[in-house]
Amino acid sequence: MPMQHIVIIGNGIAGVTAARHIRKKSDKNITIISSESKYFFSRTALMYVYMGHMRFEDIQPYENHFWQKNRIDLIEDYVENVDFESKTLKLAQTPPIHYDKLILATGSKPNKFGWKGQDYHGVQGLYSKKDLDLMEMNTRGIKEAVLVGGGLIGVEMAEMLLSRGIDVKFLIREATFWGNALPKEDSHFVTQHLRKHHGLTLMFEEELDEIIPDESKRAKAIKTKSGKTIPCQFVGLAAGVSPNVDFLKKSALELDRGILVEQDLSTNQKDVYAIGDCAQFRKTINDRGPLEQVWYTGRMMGETVAQTICGNHLEYKPGHWFNSAKFFDLEYQTYGRVWAKPKEHESRFVWKNDEKEVLLHFVFDKETNVFIGVNTFGLRLRHELFDQWLNEKRSIQYVLQNLKSANFDPEFYTSFEKEIVEAFNQEFDDSIEVSSKKWWRKLLNQ
Amino acid sequence: MGTTINYSIAGEKTQNLNLTQKIGLTLASISLFIVLLTWMTGITLTPNWLYLSILIFGFSVGPVLYAVGTYKGIPAGIKNNGVYFNSLTNRGALGWIGAIILTLFYVCLYWYGDWFGDGTGAKGANEGLVSLFDPLSQLIRGKAADKWFLYGTFYTIAIVFLGVKFMIKYRHSKYHLIRTIVVMFSQLVLAYMLPYILEGLNATSGGYYSLNPVNSWPLNYDFMTGYRIDARIAPENQPLGVAYLVWGIILFLVVTPFVTYLVGKRWYCSWFCGCGGLAETAGDNFRHLSDKSVKAWKIERWLVHSIMVFVMFMTIAVMYSYFAKSEFKLMMYFPAEVGYSLLFGLLGLAILLFLFLYFKGKGKSRNFMLVAAVIGIVMIVSMMLSYLGNDSQAFGINSNSIKKGYGFFVGAIFSGIVGVGFYPLLGNRVWCRFGCPMAGYMGIIQRFKSRFRITTNGGQCISCGNCSTYCEQGIDVRWYAQRGQNIVRASCVGCGVCSSVCPRGVLKLENGPEEGRVNENPIIIGHDGHPTLRK
Repeated sequence: MPMQHIVIIGNGIAGVTAARHIRKKSDKNITIISSESKYFFSRTALMYVYMGHMRFEDIQPYENHFWQKNRIDLIEDYVENVDFESKTLKLAQTPPIHYDKLILATGSKPNKFGWKGQDYHGVQGLYSKKDLDLMEMNTRGIKEAVLVGGGLIGVEMAEMLLSRGIDVKFLIREATFWGNALPKEDSHFVTQHLRKHHGLTLMFEEELDEIIPDESKRAKAIKTKSGKTIPCQFVGLAAGVSPNVDFLKKSALELDRGILVEQDLSTNQKDVYAIGDCAQFRKTINDRGPLEQVWYTGRMMGETVAQTICGNHLEYKPGHWFNSAKFFDLEYQTYGRVWAKPKEHESRFVWKNDEKEVLLHFVFDKETNVFIGVNTFGLRLRHELFDQWLNEKRSIQYVLQNLKSANFDPEFYTSFEKEIVEAFNQEFDDSIEVSSKKWWRKLLNQ
Repeated sequence: MGTTINYSIAGEKTQNLNLTQKIGLTLASISLFIVLLTWMTGITLTPNWLYLSILIFGFSVGPVLYAVGTYKGIPAGIKNNGVYFNSLTNRGALGWIGAIILTLFYVCLYWYGDWFGDGTGAKGANEGLVSLFDPLSQLIRGKAADKWFLYGTFYTIAIVFLGVKFMIKYRHSKYHLIRTIVVMFSQLVLAYMLPYILEGLNATSGGYYSLNPVNSWPLNYDFMTGYRIDARIAPENQPLGVAYLVWGIILFLVVTPFVTYLVGKRWYCSWFCGCGGLAETAGDNFRHLSDKSVKAWKIERWLVHSIMVFVMFMTIAVMYSYFAKSEFKLMMYFPAEVGYSLLFGLLGLAILLFLFLYFKGKGKSRNFMLVAAVIGIVMIVSMMLSYLGNDSQAFGINSNSIKKGYGFFVGAIFSGIVGVGFYPLLGNRVWCRFGCPMAGYMGIIQRFKSRFRITTNGGQCISCGNCSTYCEQGIDVRWYAQRGQNIVRASCVGCGVCSSVCPRGVLKLENGPEEGRVNENPIIIGHDGHPTLRK
């Protein structure tokens, strides 16, 4: 029997993780098709190329010989359509390809909400390598830019533009920065940090109305809904992303916003799976949304589908939520759930030190004191311990008591645990004592 | 503006220097001009104390002002904007010019000291560049300068004042601040002031020996050379001489393995060592130029261990010759058995290291160790033969000529020219990574028997590559981090920059129990359903 041919469309973290794990477990033929770039690169690192921290080759996690050594074929081409009946892919330049199993990992594209003038020169989003190249062209020699959308991509673009000496006006629809994901205190804290960076102007509760072009159809200014006109030579659209599934729209594959998948990532077509940004779960998993456009979830879906394809049928079962980001110089990590708006049964404890730029935001159950989640800014926390504590449903008191052991900051850094616990004791009339630092693995095995 | 380095890829913009930066550059340029003028023309500037003051002032205050101007008004944090657009740091024209000037400086230093005016005047007086340093040398050690004094002074200025620059750049990180203060202290006080002051107090009247207490064998390959042992045991150098001898032995035999076990080789490489000190301070801007490929890693393993083994055998050879020739002299201080146990203890140590690598190592490093073991046996046999034949030459080759060859190829060309001269081309740790025998020795301990590791924080890695890019030792840190694996590598010098540049807080240098240090089957947590994950 000839080897099964596994074809993966998309070489982002989801597709590449799937390929690597299939190779680990089997000898199947693996082909990855991408129209974006031949070799896998870290999408989250594109900003660093623009800022001159790294070259493009530096954001490629594997050396070029890796793929051949692991017998993963790479095709740089665009898939025009998929014939699910005959299991054939039609490509732009390469002859048609037959698959036995197909994994769709096509990622996202930047949202465009039909703004007037959104297709003029100098107006763009940032998601792909092509977008990065375009941004390089679009921002050459310019002085002023406007960004639309106060989220993670927006803040990345702001940092990029500032690194080139371009002044940025940042239009944020909400009253606070990244307000749909961060609680008010956290959001204000990030805003406070952003304001330290010269050249960046935050404009809250402002929305883009239209983009005004010059004679060459290049953006020269924008108008906000409140009627302000802001001159700019570049408009960055950072109002989120949506699944990149346009080429599948006329096929038999069932789509909604993304490709609809079951818990095991299978689609309505036989032997076809979808993972990463482009997958949309029919039934959401615990407190997660139907679409998960995060690096980590893409990776986990890749790991899951690889198991299924290698004969160990598996459903996607992510553990406790975690994420991280960096807002200019302010690092952010989160473990468990910290919703922007507190839930009924939740109690919250926020501690911050404005001078040292540290904020911790704990969420726990009002009645049972069970720890629910933490946001941490300017202080690193140990993923493994928090994951375990969430599993064990530890109390907020236990978490705070052992906070020293969960600190992941570099050696010699100022520690704040004592002050944090004192503040908690005062606020909640408790009497927790901070334990001295233990080797964190010992806590794991307790 | 977000930053001051403003080269775009197209190079359309020029760097807009602010006033502080301009003053800093002016001062440093005047100093550079004095150096180049006296070096190239051999002119002797008088009064030398005045020009020396200008020179030192410019080279110290200049870079500090430039750094202040560069980073002032910008929030603390990672300052790598434009690193790959800058001609100096991206192997551009400035980088090449810098590398060539540095290399020529080393060539003159090692082989053409005359060009610096080193003792070229009447009655051996200094002229040119070296003569400028006479007042300082007189002040510290009570005699005229020489080219090595000049070199030591430049070296120390570079570490101390570019160390200040480094501290301004990384001011948000206490780890870097403390580490840099220690490395500056180590260079200024232990490696520069102390030896010269002791020299001024006539501590080496019986002949020169290294008075830098942190210059450990095998980096200091001369430590066991006959003339140095003689100097240390000369009656006129007591009690300091024997103290240095005993300390030196304790340093490599006890302190090094023990401290490396506790905290990794970083205590030496990025906290106390002079070579490491220069790399961390003056070389910081070039750390990203190290080669991260698997191929480079292979070359590294072969080269660094070959040199380490070579130094060990070379030491045995010179010691053998020494003991065979001058047992009597040494007997005045220790009985002959002590001398021989030292000699064979060292041989034993080398063999143990071999066996360790052979049984613990994998793949090619194992073959390599086999080859080296064969060479070792050949050397031991020839040593025995020459001993029986009562010949003062070990291994059938004059041990002194082995040492001279090493001094030329490894000491001068490798550690000096390639190691420092090529900073702007190959990165700042070429010597430390590919050549240093001390690094090789500590690396084996760090890899197999140490509490040190870089912990990866669960599943938080996004494979961005900042850690690998800014690893001066060329370790592909990301390879481990993205699979949730700890980084336990022989070559890691523990500078901590990977942890600093990580945008997601994934890496932490830490010391802890050895259990679970190397997690070959890592647990990428956050994915409960996956069978490869331990519950």
